[in-house]
Amino acid sequence: MALAGNPNVGKSSLFNRLTGLNQHTGNWTGKTVETAIGSCEREGLTFIDLPGTYSLRARSAEEEAASDFIKNGSADIIVAVCDACNLERGLTLVLQILELTPRVIVCVNMFDEAKRRGIALNLSALSDILGVPVVATSADNGTGLKKLCEVIRSNAAKHVQSHESPMRYPPEFESELKRLSKYGFSRGDVTNAVLESLPDQYCATILSRPIIVAEAIANEVVCGNVGYSNNDRRLDKIITHRFWSVPLMLLMLAGIFWLTIVGSNYPSTVLESLFSYTEAWLYELCDFLPNFIRDPLILGVLHTLFSVISVMLPPMAIFFPLFTLAEDFGLLGRIAFNLDGAFKRSGACGKQALTMCMSLGCTAVGAIGCRIIDSPRERKLAALTASFMPCNGKFPMLIAISALLVGKRLSPVVLTAFIMLSVIATLAVSKLLSMTVLKGEASSFALELPPYRRPQFLRVIVHSLIERTLHVLSRAVLASAPAGLIIWVLSNTFYHDAPLLAHLLVILEPLGRLIGLDGVILCAFLLGFPANELVLPLILSGYSMLGISADWSALTCVNLLIFTLFHFPCATTIMTIKRESGLKIALGSIAIPTVLGIILCLLSRVLFSFM
Amino acid sequence: MIHISYLSDLLPGEAAFIYSISACPLRERLYDLGFTASGRVECVAKAPLGGPCAYLIRGAVIALRREDARFVKVQRIPASSGGKHYVSS
Repeated sequence: MALAGNPNVGKSSLFNRLTGLNQHTGNWTGKTVETAIGSCEREGLTFIDLPGTYSLRARSAEEEAASDFIKNGSADIIVAVCDACNLERGLTLVLQILELTPRVIVCVNMFDEAKRRGIALNLSALSDILGVPVVATSADNGTGLKKLCEVIRSNAAKHVQSHESPMRYPPEFESELKRLSKYGFSRGDVTNAVLESLPDQYCATILSRPIIVAEAIANEVVCGNVGYSNNDRRLDKIITHRFWSVPLMLLMLAGIFWLTIVGSNYPSTVLESLFSYTEAWLYELCDFLPNFIRDPLILGVLHTLFSVISVMLPPMAIFFPLFTLAEDFGLLGRIAFNLDGAFKRSGACGKQALTMCMSLGCTAVGAIGCRIIDSPRERKLAALTASFMPCNGKFPMLIAISALLVGKRLSPVVLTAFIMLSVIATLAVSKLLSMTVLKGEASSFALELPPYRRPQFLRVIVHSLIERTLHVLSRAVLASAPAGLIIWVLSNTFYHDAPLLAHLLVILEPLGRLIGLDGVILCAFLLGFPANELVLPLILSGYSMLGISADWSALTCVNLLIFTLFHFPCATTIMTIKRESGLKIALGSIAIPTVLGIILCLLSRVLFSFM
Repeated sequence: MIHISYLSDLLPGEAAFIYSISACPLRERLYDLGFTASGRVECVAKAPLGGPCAYLIRGAVIALRREDARFVKVQRIPASSGGKHYVSS
């Protein structure tokens, strides 16, 4: 059974409910980028979640995948999902699907939202007009799902032969369709084949037929204010305001940061003490192991693992739910809308603003998110600049150093300033790349701004906490475990009376000094390659191990902030980018931020020498 | 005498009936999104920084860039009259 329908009607939510799997959902179009297959054990049905498509004459890659799937008839039954709040839009696709196959069940989703807005739907009349069963569901609440499965099962068994299409083309075309249908072609196949060779005027008539018929059906069946409500209008007036939109967005972002920072302070401390206690206890427990196994295992691997978790988990556990709430509400589409102007001038796409937002949580997630961008060229731009935005791993460092530089009270200001630097750098580098290596035309941009939806707070928080946080955490764990081992080995393997780590520092010190940092810092960044969280702990332990005190000037602090923002991405991100966009882009994503970081550090060094 | 403007000329709050869509790469996509002849479209928002405009068409809000909206010819609905204008097809 294939779940088809317009983007953002709730197919993935429906899919998750039916199969218990976890497709990523959110209130913006283009969320689902791959087809997913899952089965509903209870009912014995297999479902396929297709990406959203506005019509079967698709354009982008995922839309093509969806429409091809529908056209080649591999599904037993197509569940055409519509948004109850805007039935007319969904019916266009339903009518097109009905032209291809009669084995369709229409599912009117988000029924609860429609009721809330005072929209009434006459579903039995709809079923009569379309000639197929219609079921109302609400994927968020879980209502109507049992009925849906029942109807699917009873229809799957039945053998549907002929079906009267509710659409009627002009008479000449109709007679042609009737003639050719005798040869076993469906009406849809004929229409698609013939469309290429028709003169323009007829093309417009044929293409707009489903829309006009959908409108007529909706007029009969729907009662109430459809789609864009007055509340939506009022909210949008504020959020997309000419002058206030950008400051408002910055404010919202700052608010989320603030909540993340303040909220994660206490849990981080608690986790740290818990872990150090556990570590000591385990060390005692593993007394029976020889030291050369016990030490690297517990003092190396486990210790690093614990410190990463205690630093990373609390902020992500707060940031992700907040972000998901904003997502489900519908804010992300507006953010892309507001920023598209700036991105267009940089040769990129407004949706890159969305991938940047995702990078704030975890750059690897931002890298996957680049799929929402249609044009491959613009997708590469987004992937290459994804690491410019500070991820949750970089935040502790940014907070600590900015507090060191200007004191606790002013540190939020410095933090915000550096975020703006990231955004400017993203735009500037995108522009530079568009003019040189990744030349090309700006693609056309058509984005639907969905109606605002009330997010289900409890469900989102629990869901987001468990799924997203653990998922990213497990990836980080896989990277930091070997890192912990390596670090322990370097500190405890001696060569010429000094640990290997010290020898490494001898090489790195001149290099570090050149860019206004020092050897320990540089070494920490290199060893912190698996995950950005490692850098701050490594700097501290580096100084303590060598028995020297940190000799930092204002220049060192500033350059440290710069280099934290602009350096090679973490291993997880690089692996993700390689998987998504290929080796060349992955290498570019390493080179570009590092080079930028070095240049900016040198620049700041020059500026400081004038003071 | 029908006075034709372009979709990109509409300011927030102004409404129009779509007259036709010129040949452009986005044309079919625009049909799919509901921009058909004689459909009522209203500009609901204009993004800052020279960005796209949001248009209300058939109950959905679609954001289009200026360059793309220029391909859609419309017939304005004057703000004062609440009546209908008929587009000859």
